[in-house]
Amino acid sequence: MTKLIYEKSQVGRRASEIPRPAGLPDAEVPAELRRAEPPRLPELAEPEVLRHFTELSTRNFGIDTGFYPLGSCTMKYNPRVNERIVALPGFKDLHPLQEEEGAQGALELMWRLQEILAEVTGLDAVSLQPAAGSQGELTGLMLVRAYFDERGDAKRRKVVIPDTAHGTNPASVTMAGYEVTPVATDPRGNIDVDDLREKVTEETAALMLTNPSTLGLFDENIEEITRIFHGAGALMYYDGANLNAVCGISRPGDMGFDIVHINLHKTFSQPHGGGGPGGGPIAVRKTLEPFLPVPAVIRRDDGSFGLDYDRPQTIGKVRAFTGPFGVFVRSYAFIRSYGPRLREMSEVAVLNANYLLARLKDAYDLPFDRHCMHEFVLSARTLKREHGITALDVAKRLMDYGFHAPTIYFPLIVPEALMIEPTETEPKEILDAFCEAMLAIAREAAEEPELLKDAPHDRPVRRLDEVRAAKRAIVKYGFAEHPDPDGEPVEPRQLEAQKGA
Amino acid sequence: MSYLSLTDADREAMLTAIGVGSVDALFEQIPAGVRFDRELDLEPPLSEQELVAHLEELAARNVDAGREVSFLGAGIYDHYVPALVDTVLSRGEFLTAYTPYQPEMSQGILQAIFEYQTAICELTGMDVSNASGYDGTTVATDACYVAKHATGRTKVVVTEATNPQVRQVVKTYAVGFGLEVVEVPHRDGVTDPEELRRAAEDAACVIFQQPNFFGCLEPAPELAAAANDAEALAVAHVDPISLGVLEAPGNYGCALAIGEGQSAGNYQSYGGPHYGFLAARSEFVRRMPGRIVGETLDAAGERGYVLTLQTREQHIRREKATSNITTNQTLLALAGLVHLSWLGPQGLRDTGETCLALAAYAKERLTAAGATLAFPDQATFKEFAVRVGRPVREAIREARAEGIHPGYALCRDYHGLDDALLVAVTEKRTREEIDRLAEVLAA
Repeated sequence: MTKLIYEKSQVGRRASEIPRPAGLPDAEVPAELRRAEPPRLPELAEPEVLRHFTELSTRNFGIDTGFYPLGSCTMKYNPRVNERIVALPGFKDLHPLQEEEGAQGALELMWRLQEILAEVTGLDAVSLQPAAGSQGELTGLMLVRAYFDERGDAKRRKVVIPDTAHGTNPASVTMAGYEVTPVATDPRGNIDVDDLREKVTEETAALMLTNPSTLGLFDENIEEITRIFHGAGALMYYDGANLNAVCGISRPGDMGFDIVHINLHKTFSQPHGGGGPGGGPIAVRKTLEPFLPVPAVIRRDDGSFGLDYDRPQTIGKVRAFTGPFGVFVRSYAFIRSYGPRLREMSEVAVLNANYLLARLKDAYDLPFDRHCMHEFVLSARTLKREHGITALDVAKRLMDYGFHAPTIYFPLIVPEALMIEPTETEPKEILDAFCEAMLAIAREAAEEPELLKDAPHDRPVRRLDEVRAAKRAIVKYGFAEHPDPDGEPVEPRQLEAQKGA
Repeated sequence: MSYLSLTDADREAMLTAIGVGSVDALFEQIPAGVRFDRELDLEPPLSEQELVAHLEELAARNVDAGREVSFLGAGIYDHYVPALVDTVLSRGEFLTAYTPYQPEMSQGILQAIFEYQTAICELTGMDVSNASGYDGTTVATDACYVAKHATGRTKVVVTEATNPQVRQVVKTYAVGFGLEVVEVPHRDGVTDPEELRRAAEDAACVIFQQPNFFGCLEPAPELAAAANDAEALAVAHVDPISLGVLEAPGNYGCALAIGEGQSAGNYQSYGGPHYGFLAARSEFVRRMPGRIVGETLDAAGERGYVLTLQTREQHIRREKATSNITTNQTLLALAGLVHLSWLGPQGLRDTGETCLALAAYAKERLTAAGATLAFPDQATFKEFAVRVGRPVREAIREARAEGIHPGYALCRDYHGLDDALLVAVTEKRTREEIDRLAEVLAA
């Protein structure tokens, strides 16, 4: 166990010294607004602060540590040159309200990134503003609403979402003031087009679709789906979570989508930082451009770059300034290093996934027996039926082999799902080692199931009790009242049934 | 340049294992009509060296805080970022990890988030903090969503002295939330509690900023009381770096505390990525948006950390979730935690006191040089509004020619302040720099 930084704190110890120029006037803060009791921040000397966070880092696993086949998260290598570039003073120390003539380099970079994303998506106009994929979704739905409001078509309040969709899609629909119309998946893993035809009406505003889907399958009926929606006067929204499969191979705009969000922290290698930051730019067809958030980043007739707030039909703003600029710097650098070879990036991502699939499909259940795109979904249902081993057990046991687990229990339509995405940056030796581990685990499930149920064995902690955490809800350190970390460990016991993430 | 790892021999062996003759065969599931039949029209690949040269050229066309003495603030501030922050954030185990879905692989970042949540609760005087929101604007929309569901009411009140971008983002989200947004004007730079009390009737929440956008100190306890009297949630938008000197919102009756985290631990970075924080009293814990880390035990009875209370979240509750957020700003929040751990309570207070004193000095110098305070009756923290007696954009242009950015033009957001500058003074500014600002503005 590692102590909390607050448990290492000693009254009066300090790391920082703040300059206090001499001869300054006294500043007055009205007594009733002055802080009475100081916040109990940690009190440590600087070496101990650094050691604390270094120790924590050793208890964490990143793509730098090893293979991270977390499906739908596109955990590819994060080039270090991009970290050097983003730390250039001209980027990192630039104030967002600097006058335009003092920010030409930043504005040009954003304008260039917009142009690139328009080309990659096959659409006309881009806003970089949304902070992450889910905010891109919500922004896209705001555009849908503005578009129909402008046409006086107020009855369209329903958004069609397949049952394979990320949870963000329905959550975004509700936040946009719309209602979800679910649609089923057919036996080949495509949207059930017959079900779809019945559900698209004059109240339908849009479809939200991830393509390839969260099953890692490209929807073979995409052209018919587009005809159904556009024929009904509705719009098509593309969730770009899986764009890594199709860069330079198939463009959402050419598939018929009107709005696309791009996850810069997936396809374009912004490091995910243990949970963020991300970037969720949206690309749209010309007809939707007037509604994009302000300010727009534009190139003026004289070749200079600027911010345009004069967009009378804009939905407004979805976050501060022009978006997460540091993310743009890294993703722009990443794309410039590939250029048109982005196609090769996607080809290798798909090749790697199909190689894993070919090697693993006999040992695990494969709910949809097709070539996959950049990821695929296996099921541990047979292991569960025959040996009582769940997808969670497989995930935890993989850790003992030195791998991060796949995404588990998602998509929801596949029982005991294991969603595996290798990305394009892994060498064949790593893919082989992962396959050997997965095959060994399938054997262990039959021969030594307890080994899996007790996994992981070699991590800094054993399997953690998520149900207990939710029941007790200890969500901050309690200082004197905090449960004693040095107290006797409680009796090891059967953990309550857990679900994966 | 690319970051691909396969040799030609690898490809051949893999295609054989798959049972196809070429990579193209894997893409046959894509209908021919939507396959892209040309090369992407992008500039040719760059080597690492060429890439650095290209980006250095772009960066050189920006005037950053190292090339100009800057008094720009208005929400993003030039505070000192300790070297420790860079060191910790460059650890690949943090930098290149995904959201900690598998806690046994992620104890480091989970514990750090738990410590961050504790720090935010300590700063704000609240019971629970999430793991971060996108920025200081979106956490205001989160607060509105919490308040809408907690009260069943459909109106939110925001003071006009709240950051204009916060107000704009709230208005953008309010359409989908089905909320009406009412703004309460400022009176001489601050909010009148009685006026706020009248507006708060039937409101789900009341959002105010402390210090407000003009840098003025609001009568925050009275504003919170006005909200509470109307049974609206009092939401304070606060600056973390001020909270060693200014009272915590939880100690004057607020239900929620939100804010932009940038001033604690993040570079200006042309507006992002930064982090927003959102903390609340315990009664709202199950309405909170986003990730929350909780403490638990492992199978051997040892302490550990996990993402918790996940039945609030989109991956489980889908359309009934408390928010659609998944990716947040964890790495930037970690930067905040490192900065706050480096500061400690005394360093945080000292930073606030230095900002206060330098800003007071700047007020003296600027008024002595002929400028007038826009709101002379109000106490301020690190930022204040000053009238320069001529069109402010002209003053900015002239000062920048002398190597000083004197501040933000308030006329961009407020009527009647055509000659007003918003001047931010962090602990990084010096007396000499302030003297020069006064000289330049007097000229």
